[in-house]
Amino acid sequence: MTRADRTRLPAVGPLLPFRFSRIEKDRLTNRLSLWSAEHRTLPVVAFILVLPSGSAADFEGYEGLAAITADMMDEGTGNLSAIDVNAAFGRIGAHLETEVSADATVFTVTSLAKFARQALTLFADCIIRPRLAEEDFDRIRELRLTRLVQIRDMPSAIADRAFMQVVYGTHPYAHMALGTEESLRQLTIETVKTFHSRLYRAPNATLIASGDIGADEFRRIAADTFGSWPQGAPEIPDDAAIVPPPFAPVHRLVIVDKPGSAQSEIRIGEVGLARDTPDYHQLIVLNMILGGQFVSRINMKLRQEKGLTYGARTAFDFRRGRGPFVLQTSVQSDGTGEAIRSSLLEIDAIRTDRPPTAEEVEVAKAALTRGYPRNFETAEQIARAMAQLVLYGLPDDYFDSFTSRVSGVTVDGARQAASTHLHPDRLATAIVSDSSIVLPQLAAAGLGEPTPLLPRL
Amino acid sequence: MNIPFTQHTLENGLRVIIHEDRRLPMVAVNLWYHVGSKNEHPGRTGFAHLFEHLMFEGSQHYDKGYFHPLQEAGAALNGSTNPDRTNYWEVVPTNALDLALWMESDRMGYLLPALTMQKFETQREVVLNERRQNYENRPYGLSTSAIVAALFPSDHPYHWMTIGETADLKAATFDDVREFFRTYYHPSNASLVIAGDVDTDDALERAKQHFDEIPPGPKPAPLDLTAEITGERRLLLEDRVELPRLYLSWHSPAMFTDGDAEMDLLSDLFANGKVSRLYKGLVYERRIASEVMAFQNSRELGGFWQVLATAAPGHSLVEVHQAIDEELARLTEEGPTEDEMHRGHAQVEAQFVYRLQTLGGFGGKADQLNAYSVFVNDPGYFERDLARYAGVTQLDLHHAVRKYLRTDNRVVMSVVPRGKLSLALPDSTPAVVS
Repeated sequence: MTRADRTRLPAVGPLLPFRFSRIEKDRLTNRLSLWSAEHRTLPVVAFILVLPSGSAADFEGYEGLAAITADMMDEGTGNLSAIDVNAAFGRIGAHLETEVSADATVFTVTSLAKFARQALTLFADCIIRPRLAEEDFDRIRELRLTRLVQIRDMPSAIADRAFMQVVYGTHPYAHMALGTEESLRQLTIETVKTFHSRLYRAPNATLIASGDIGADEFRRIAADTFGSWPQGAPEIPDDAAIVPPPFAPVHRLVIVDKPGSAQSEIRIGEVGLARDTPDYHQLIVLNMILGGQFVSRINMKLRQEKGLTYGARTAFDFRRGRGPFVLQTSVQSDGTGEAIRSSLLEIDAIRTDRPPTAEEVEVAKAALTRGYPRNFETAEQIARAMAQLVLYGLPDDYFDSFTSRVSGVTVDGARQAASTHLHPDRLATAIVSDSSIVLPQLAAAGLGEPTPLLPRL
Repeated sequence: MNIPFTQHTLENGLRVIIHEDRRLPMVAVNLWYHVGSKNEHPGRTGFAHLFEHLMFEGSQHYDKGYFHPLQEAGAALNGSTNPDRTNYWEVVPTNALDLALWMESDRMGYLLPALTMQKFETQREVVLNERRQNYENRPYGLSTSAIVAALFPSDHPYHWMTIGETADLKAATFDDVREFFRTYYHPSNASLVIAGDVDTDDALERAKQHFDEIPPGPKPAPLDLTAEITGERRLLLEDRVELPRLYLSWHSPAMFTDGDAEMDLLSDLFANGKVSRLYKGLVYERRIASEVMAFQNSRELGGFWQVLATAAPGHSLVEVHQAIDEELARLTEEGPTEDEMHRGHAQVEAQFVYRLQTLGGFGGKADQLNAYSVFVNDPGYFERDLARYAGVTQLDLHHAVRKYLRTDNRVVMSVVPRGKLSLALPDSTPAVVS
């Protein structure tokens, strides 16, 4: 037996080929789109219903409507109460999960294959024929108002809100899916019914299946369960994607004062790009270098070199419209000024005097492509991947072509993405911390006087 | 249903477990060391976890950050520490298996020559910031610390949290690091799983090439400590929160021992999900609580079972406490229903299948094989694990409630907004948190 050679690291082989499961598409007579990808490794199925309306589609003054409507879907249907619905899912070991983002409302049902029909039957009843009873609505709204109260003491949630508020102003992306106390109090069960009847329509929706189920079987079950969804006229809401976001933030530096905070929660960023930007792959490579992985510049600087934080990262949140680019971290309070100054320096440097190097670009591309198949292990991962195709109008071969698209990014491409899409003069910084500790540091670091902010809750 | 495997023990005592799954071109490498915060001592807490950080800072033959070559190879990687064990994992493309084994074996065999005071001091700062972020600056974040300190006496190793106490972290020395490594980080106290797109014989050969050369160490003696609570202890903790919350905690059976599965099933039945008794009673019907949850915290030396409820605005912990005790009394009196048992079993069966979908990472198949290897000395325990849940009868569960969840053997803690001590249950004394 040969002993490992410790004089150098073992070489790794070439990029291994990967193919996404074959996608089958169909449509019911009520114009509900059906997408499926067979993946028969275990007796598990995942179903996802995608509605292309999320919190950005909230009626103005009624922020929180999309999210509370989604939340009402498992609060009873027909003779079944909210408790009965959840008991019925429990009896077959199935889960229903609900997520509302700015762009979409997404319901996920995971079940054993042997219960696929039962799970989908119950799910369809919830979506098509929800009870929408006043007393249930009152309780759900009360719980959401309580959640808003609790958020006051959650520094990360406060920082997110403060940041989006100063960067997006009055744009539909400025508010969180939960809404505010004021807007939630405007809502009634009637508003929910209106939202449901206008946007929860078969022609707007796509039902996705993945796992231990074939396209024919899926079509039969879908027809028997979701076939009764009235077609109605398709109505696509005003899309936030077409509303231009503000060019500059409302303020450049804000602080939410939380006396006695154990740390400073920090967000730095600006309006970023939409999912359909032609520079998408350059930007994800750039982000890996800047703050998208452990060995990124920002994390190495703030965590590994200075020990100021447990971690720091950046992300471009690509949406149908222009989502945010944001750096987020939580640092020891006495290092707040230093952390912000270092972060701003790094963002500036990557577009000026220290642009991405050839080695950094190679590492980032390898990190994005070489481990790519692990994103497609479970039925739910595969269904979620298809939901991305649906939401952003990506081609069916997108996942097969991802690695070659990323491999095609050049050093110049990454550099240009940095100089074109990062704007130090537009960056806004939001801090949630103890003002008395942080203000002198901001002054000393030359960052100026922050505007005190109370985020809308 | 199972996770097929082969197992070998190298001459130095390292267990090597191999599982073939050729669906995707990737391999999960998973390495457990049977050491956690329970192997620490009072005044020296937080060390096992701090040490986990140092394992990512480079070793003798690659003395740079651990992440760089692996991320470049397309790996996902991480590690974690709990009271009972420390685990490290990589998920790599098939052709980077040697790299992952090289890196894991280099830090097992050759960490100390590369360890410097500077790495140690920086990671200590990182850990102190992790503590601030995840515990001190998070609402209710120090509750568990206060509860375990009350449930377990000061010389019991579950008395402290894995993250450790701030003063202890600051007092940790470089010599402590060396001693800790020599005692616990060696082949005879570890278990390696290689799972995925591999051939068993070939994977074993590669494991030997990388790990055979590492000398064995003395197997640490197993700990054997018990703890009990006699009476009800009432504590209060002030925190930066808006709404008061109540935690009720009891000692419960150790991981994988009789009664552990019962307590786990009981958590869901009692307080998890809309159909659970507490949600239905306190959140849905009476609206006196805004959230409820229960957990069986299964650990090697003994578990604890916990239920928590946050008061709804305008309602008191006294009301919440009374309502929980009423539900508990009803369960103690009547036992679970047939429908509750049916749901519990259906959910467990489904969960066991769902978790077979993922190869690596926390909770994936490689991690499961190692959990069974380290805690019950049988990587093939999957089916028996499922059977111990499937075998729980209505009577068993009823018996467990009566045996473990009495009103005279628990810790009841009120967490209240700062300065609002009157919102705590009567007769509560301030909890100790550091």
